[in-house]
Amino acid sequence: MNPLELAGARPGPAFTVTFDGRPVDALPGQTVAAVLWAAGVTSWRDTRRGGRPRGVFCGIGVCFDCLVILNGRPNQRACLVPARPGDEIGTQEGTGHGRTRTPDGTGDGSTEEARHAD
Amino acid sequence: MRTDLAVIGAGPAGLAAALAASARGVRVTLLDAATQPGGQFYRQPGAGLGAARPEALHHGWRTWERLRDGLAASAVRVLTDHHVWCVERTPDGFTVHALLGPEQEEPVEVHARAVLLATGGYEQVLPFPGWTLPGVVSAGGAQAMLKGGLVVPGRRAVVAGTGPLLLPVATGLAAAGVEVAALVESTAPLRLARQAPALAGKLAEGVGHAAGLLRHRVPVLTRHTVVRAHGEDRLTGVTVAALDADGHVRPGTERHLPCDTLAAGHGMLPHTDLAESLGCRLDGLAVDVDTEQRTDVPGVWAAGEATGIGGAALSLAEGHIAGCSATAHLHGTARGPAPAALKARTALRRSAAALDSAYALPAYWSEQLTDDTVVCRCEEVTAGSVREALDLGAGDERTVKLLTRAGMGWCQGRMCSTAVAGLAGCAPTPAKRPFARPVPLGVLARHHPQEGLS
Ligand SMILES: Cc1cc2nc3c(=O)[nH]c(=O)nc-3n(C[C@H](O)[C@H](O)[C@H](O)COP(=O)(O)OP(=O)(O)OC[C@H]3O[C@@H](n4cnc5c(N)ncnc54)[C@H](O)[C@@H]3O)c2cc1C
Ligand code: FES
Repeated sequence: MNPLELAGARPGPAFTVTFDGRPVDALPGQTVAAVLWAAGVTSWRDTRRGGRPRGVFCGIGVCFDCLVILNGRPNQRACLVPARPGDEIGTQEGTGHGRTRTPDGTGDGSTEEARHAD
Repeated sequence: MRTDLAVIGAGPAGLAAALAASARGVRVTLLDAATQPGGQFYRQPGAGLGAARPEALHHGWRTWERLRDGLAASAVRVLTDHHVWCVERTPDGFTVHALLGPEQEEPVEVHARAVLLATGGYEQVLPFPGWTLPGVVSAGGAQAMLKGGLVVPGRRAVVAGTGPLLLPVATGLAAAGVEVAALVESTAPLRLARQAPALAGKLAEGVGHAAGLLRHRVPVLTRHTVVRAHGEDRLTGVTVAALDADGHVRPGTERHLPCDTLAAGHGMLPHTDLAESLGCRLDGLAVDVDTEQRTDVPGVWAAGEATGIGGAALSLAEGHIAGCSATAHLHGTARGPAPAALKARTALRRSAAALDSAYALPAYWSEQLTDDTVVCRCEEVTAGSVREALDLGAGDERTVKLLTRAGMGWCQGRMCSTAVAGLAGCAPTPAKRPFARPVPLGVLARHHPQEGLS
């Protein structure tokens, strides 16, 4: 049994997003965090001081541990934002205003500075 | 946008309140940050997932159907995806300020004659070494991701901490195909047995969960605790140990349980930010209300877990009472909530209080904190730094915060406040956060142009 079977889910057609440049399948109705969990990914942020990996903790938008770079914008809460076709999801390093990761794990992607001061 | 009654929060309390008031002829607007009504208890799978059997993840589904169908048939205006960051008093009532959509940038205002706060609560997790590793999630968080996204974080889980929420989380994960290696509860079964008479109303639900644990062969370790989570970049296992009668770890009882997921929780805390910014009096960490769920600010009601933790049934009862009381006020009549509703609430409060005293926090939890254990997850402040601040003379949570930055990060202390206060040896105090949500500076500047934020 898996959760989709348990709930008798018949989702709309799957679509593709990318995580650090790598294609990942996503289902309509899932948040970015749910898409990453379904793909076996549980961390997508490195902390500002210790550079330690983090992912979902509270699951409801309160703890801010799940911050992610979404389509070039850092500090998006993955547990709240619905995934959309073509989304580019990137590991957030520190404040997320630096470089993004690429599939080989190096960092030569580019980020757009956040438009709003967080 | 104008309305008579703005209800904030569409969980059990807010839904019951909105339906009660709307059925009595009040114009109601119901706002919630989530994409669908339901709150935590009745959280629904994302619509796009086409779940034909969402009830497989739920208890009390009939009640949800009644609420859902009632809402659809009612005149309540439902505003989902509305993150309320502040409620402001105005000469003719209140202005509810919200940010729209997942990015939370577009401001929306709702003007209301009265406001009802049904913002629920969030889970408290006490720190332990390794609790920041990916794979360690709050118990409610695992439940929310499962109910809402139909996903689980791993294959083999331990569910640990204390409180009634651990039971549905363990049975939920097990039903969804996760091997639950153990449910680790720090409370001794005897403490629960002592509260049995007051818990009679909860018995059916408890028996249901117990049957679920048996069916899925989940081993239950009572009077045990997780002393450490292991792993480098991802959880690989936990060490659990037995507690003695006083609550200290019994040396020599430690054992290792391999797992890739730990769902941990130590009870819930009320969301009180909106009430605080309105100047409502608190009772401890919860919004203080009278018998009709009125706060001490005229025109403001509060119901559900914002006013104290007690479970979904109590939230429903309180929401109904608050909705009836607000209606009487708005219509200028004296007829408030029915005595039967008040009586039901009394019984539910009694069992909530019994549960609360049965599931006390493990007394000596802080003994497990090594100096390098992170206490404040946002600012990465360790137990060692907090202890240093205490040695320097910081005697309370506020001073520790100033010296270490614990509680000054993104979550504004929501995740670490109990722990910091516990280390300082004092009771947690309300945080007095300026806003319930982070607000883009552009929105603030528009809101208070005279303060010249730029
Ligand atoms: C993550 C989590 C999972 C839980 N799962 C279970 C479970 O499976 N079983 C169980 O018995 N109990 C569960 N609980 C306990 C649960 O809180 C209560 O039983 C019940 O849902 C409380 O009802 P309520 O109406 O008081 O609040 P809630 O159900 O918490 O509803 C509050 C609502 O207010 C909204 N809200 C809060 N602040 C704002 C704001 N500023 N702007 C807009 N909207 C806002 C929230 O989005 C939410 O929908 C869970 C709790 C949490 C935190
Ligand atoms: S997991 Fe806590 S904010 Fe997303």
